[in-house]
Amino acid sequence: MTDDPAITVEGVRKRYGGKAALDGLDLLVAPGTVHAVLGPNGAGKTTLVRILATLLRPDAGRVEVAGHDVVGGARAVRRAIGLLGQHAALDEELGGRQNLEMFGRLHHLGARHARVRADELLARFGLTDTGRKPVRAYSGGMRRRLDLAAALVTEPRVLFLDEPTTGLDPRGRAEVWASVRSLVGGGTTVLLTTQYLEEADQLADLVSLVDRGRVVAEGTPDALKSRTGGDRIDVVLRDAGQLGAAVALLPVARDDLRVDADRRLISAPVTDRMAALSGVVRALDEAGIEAEDIALRRPTLDEVFLHLTGPRDGAEERDGTEARDGVAGRDRAGDGDGTAGRDRTTDHDRTKGRAA
Amino acid sequence: MNADALTDCWTMTRRELAHWARQPVRLVVGVAFSVMLLLMFGYLIGGGRGVRGDYLDYLLPGMLALTMVFGLESTMLAVTQDLNKGVIDRFRSLPMADGAVLVGRAGADMLQSVLSLAALAGVGLALGWRPHGGPGAFLAAVGLLLLLRFAMLWIGIHLALVAGKPELVQAVQILVWPVGFLSNALAAPGSMPGWLGTAVEWNPMSRTATAVRDLLGAPGGEDGHLTAAILWPLALLAVFFPLAVRTFTRLGR
Repeated sequence: MTDDPAITVEGVRKRYGGKAALDGLDLLVAPGTVHAVLGPNGAGKTTLVRILATLLRPDAGRVEVAGHDVVGGARAVRRAIGLLGQHAALDEELGGRQNLEMFGRLHHLGARHARVRADELLARFGLTDTGRKPVRAYSGGMRRRLDLAAALVTEPRVLFLDEPTTGLDPRGRAEVWASVRSLVGGGTTVLLTTQYLEEADQLADLVSLVDRGRVVAEGTPDALKSRTGGDRIDVVLRDAGQLGAAVALLPVARDDLRVDADRRLISAPVTDRMAALSGVVRALDEAGIEAEDIALRRPTLDEVFLHLTGPRDGAEERDGTEARDGVAGRDRAGDGDGTAGRDRTTDHDRTKGRAA
Repeated sequence: MNADALTDCWTMTRRELAHWARQPVRLVVGVAFSVMLLLMFGYLIGGGRGVRGDYLDYLLPGMLALTMVFGLESTMLAVTQDLNKGVIDRFRSLPMADGAVLVGRAGADMLQSVLSLAALAGVGLALGWRPHGGPGAFLAAVGLLLLLRFAMLWIGIHLALVAGKPELVQAVQILVWPVGFLSNALAAPGSMPGWLGTAVEWNPMSRTATAVRDLLGAPGGEDGHLTAAILWPLALLAVFFPLAVRTFTRLGR
């Protein structure tokens, strides 16, 4: 029983007006694990979640959640799942307690149990003192927390989180992450979609990389990152004349080492981030070579995709050239905002789901 | 229908009642709108073209029928808002009875219609309107009006689910006026040019208004409209009830 997958997806297809949102997608999620579906907007992530949550019917393929078919056994699936969509799915005119009580009643908890459960969840998500304030007047973070509480009314066996932290500030993001971790401790299976490699890295046991409606790669976060070339260290020297000397003495791997004389930049792959950083600092120090900047850099989502799917055809909006040269002219902090900001401008998944 | 399904329908109706409790002003404004129209046409504009007898007795049944038709807007608005807030997605991902979302909507809207009818009738009584039929006839008249509202309800649900856009609600809010006024609600068809009079006579709302006038012993009432006043809404229901249910279940396509 416990060995049966919590989620089985086989060859699922879904088309919207001639365009394939899911194009033969396969996925297996083991019970009690966190599985991240990572991909840019328009990759089919939201379509997948909507099919898993019985909101959309697949055109073809087999989908089972908690042992039940999402089409034939939709009611049984709905008893076993919780859903946190991209946008808050709450009654904005009612208060937090009213919302949770209503959802509890609709889960057939009974009036009294629904009330008790609502209070528990309000306390757990720090919303007890919201009183009668309507959800309309909540802040973005409060709304997200209430939305997550609503998804947990029945302690679901399988929880779907569709881009749970998109649009949250770092504190809100950390709160959501903490909640997800504590849930998994309780045995819940979590499938989450994200555009952030870091999020998948923090939370997921396994990551499926989705592109154009199919899974293009799957593995642990570490395995995926090593396939993309992993982290890099970028060293910018004050004097371009010292580039040769620096390259010779830096304690870094020689394969895939790149030198850009114009920018006085040396970029090398690293495995142990902190050891590499202290090693480079010490080596430069001892040789008396002055560095203007030293930065550790995680692979960006663009790089992950380019490594695994190859460069895009010209029609795509993805700016392939910039990421392909691999040496950071941007976004040293990691996989962050440049990527997400651009992807978010095209909200394909959502609008298509509506139009259908 | 099992006990859970009944509970679900009640939970969804309660949700609407909770909205009223939070925003009583909105409910009052909705009812006040009908009263305002009654006062406007009864006194300010002072119509009654071609009406023989007391105009208030003629006008009030017409306003009651008009209010039922205008209910289409509030149904559409509520369903469109739910759809766009994503809360319908949440409901659809819960193990609740399939029809409960729509039944809850219907229950709440019909309740609101009863309140509107009562408020209008109350104001009418205060102004001197008197129903002349017996209590049985009075109840039959209320039944006809609510039947018309029930048909409008399912038209509204279907249109809102198909379009899902606030813009359509605005379009319907404008279109419902000519449909409402191209009826005998305010003036007798005999006073209109021939072709217009014919169109007005065929308007389902006119049939309901005429039958209600007949039942209440008001001027403009005629025999023989009762059947049409029952069949018209039933025909609309036969088309739009299955359409609305089908559109709702096919939200997942």
